[in-house]
Amino acid sequence: MPSLKDLRNRIASVKATQKITKAMQMVAAAKLRRAQEAAEAARPYSQRMAAVLANIASNVDGDDAPVLMSGTGKDDVHLLVVCTSERGLCGGFNAQIARLARDHTRRLLADGKTVKIITVGKKGADILRRDLGKNIIDHVNLREVKTLGFVNADEIGHKIITLFNEGAFDVATLFYSEFKSVIAQIPTAQQLIPASAIGDVEPESAGDAVYEYEPDPAAILGDLIPRNISVQVFRALLENAASEQGARMSAMDNATRNAGDMINKLTMSYNRQRQAQITKELIEIISGAEAL
Amino acid sequence: MAEAFQFELVSPERLLLSEQIIEVVVPGTEGYMTVMAHHAPLMATVKPGVVAVKTPDGKLDSYVVFGGFVDITPDGCTLLAESAVHVADIRADELQNRIKDAQEDFEDATTREDRAKAEDLLGQLKTLEEAIKAA
Repeated sequence: MPSLKDLRNRIASVKATQKITKAMQMVAAAKLRRAQEAAEAARPYSQRMAAVLANIASNVDGDDAPVLMSGTGKDDVHLLVVCTSERGLCGGFNAQIARLARDHTRRLLADGKTVKIITVGKKGADILRRDLGKNIIDHVNLREVKTLGFVNADEIGHKIITLFNEGAFDVATLFYSEFKSVIAQIPTAQQLIPASAIGDVEPESAGDAVYEYEPDPAAILGDLIPRNISVQVFRALLENAASEQGARMSAMDNATRNAGDMINKLTMSYNRQRQAQITKELIEIISGAEAL
Repeated sequence: MAEAFQFELVSPERLLLSEQIIEVVVPGTEGYMTVMAHHAPLMATVKPGVVAVKTPDGKLDSYVVFGGFVDITPDGCTLLAESAVHVADIRADELQNRIKDAQEDFEDATTREDRAKAEDLLGQLKTLEEAIKAA
């Protein structure tokens, strides 16, 4: 049985923890708003990019299509780009993404494929290093990045394309967490190369108007697709940033509530023990007086 | 009075401009071109340069873009810039950094193709620098 003093100390320490989690929750809420705004601001570009791509892709013959779109025709070597956060204390956020990536890797390995992994963000790297350490070929650190810019995504995009041009892999998949709401973030795998997603968008009907291209369509496409990869990475990073803050917010909300419950319980047993102490002292005084 | 059409300038970070304009000068890879209403549908790559926009009330506005695409449809014109800033907000040191990067790329390039590409970019950036200085 802890003494009264011990209980007092515990209550004080839980209260301090509650203050911290509460503050973190509020900070996460503010950051979430900013992350959401950034994700929204980036949407027009990726939408238009998809429309333009669909448009031009429908005008280029399959044979002319650059390899980035048609793929190498094999799927022996897979590259997984796993985007996670740099900081912890955000519930199951990183673990979920890592689990999705790990399951995917296991399935590929069981099929006899080779798997290479690029991790973005420290937390995912820490988790994956444990059992897939030998598959990790590179790590991108975003710790020093205050606000995500397109340059950060472009760097990753270039890395992927350079690897592809060297023939280091056949299929690239991007792992990130899609932001649905503060309580729901869905870990998602999206194929980057070959760019299959393009087929999902219906080409804008430009009427019967014949497009002119400057330079020729294949050259434009060859320039556009690498850029599209960077755009996809950028979108994933922004979604991830919003998801991370959302996850942290709900995790910290839970923690704050837990701390509240704990304080209530501790206060209850503190009061009970204090009352017992008083009763005991009274009994001692009374029985002492009676003995006289 | 020339007819107005919808013009949009988007960078990955945000939508910079989306309004009715009467004329825009776009730095295409194969030369500057002026786009007005009812331009033939065209898709072109864009080199680093200055985009000049003329609004219906005759005001002129300029933006600096670093590469991208322009997509001209019967409904309007969309410029997808890799990076774009208003000409008033361009910082000299940022441009210097880009020129330095391009210079390094040029020096590091191994294949002839890469070298030619880097040289082009370097030339375009230097022209842009002069254009901004003159403005």
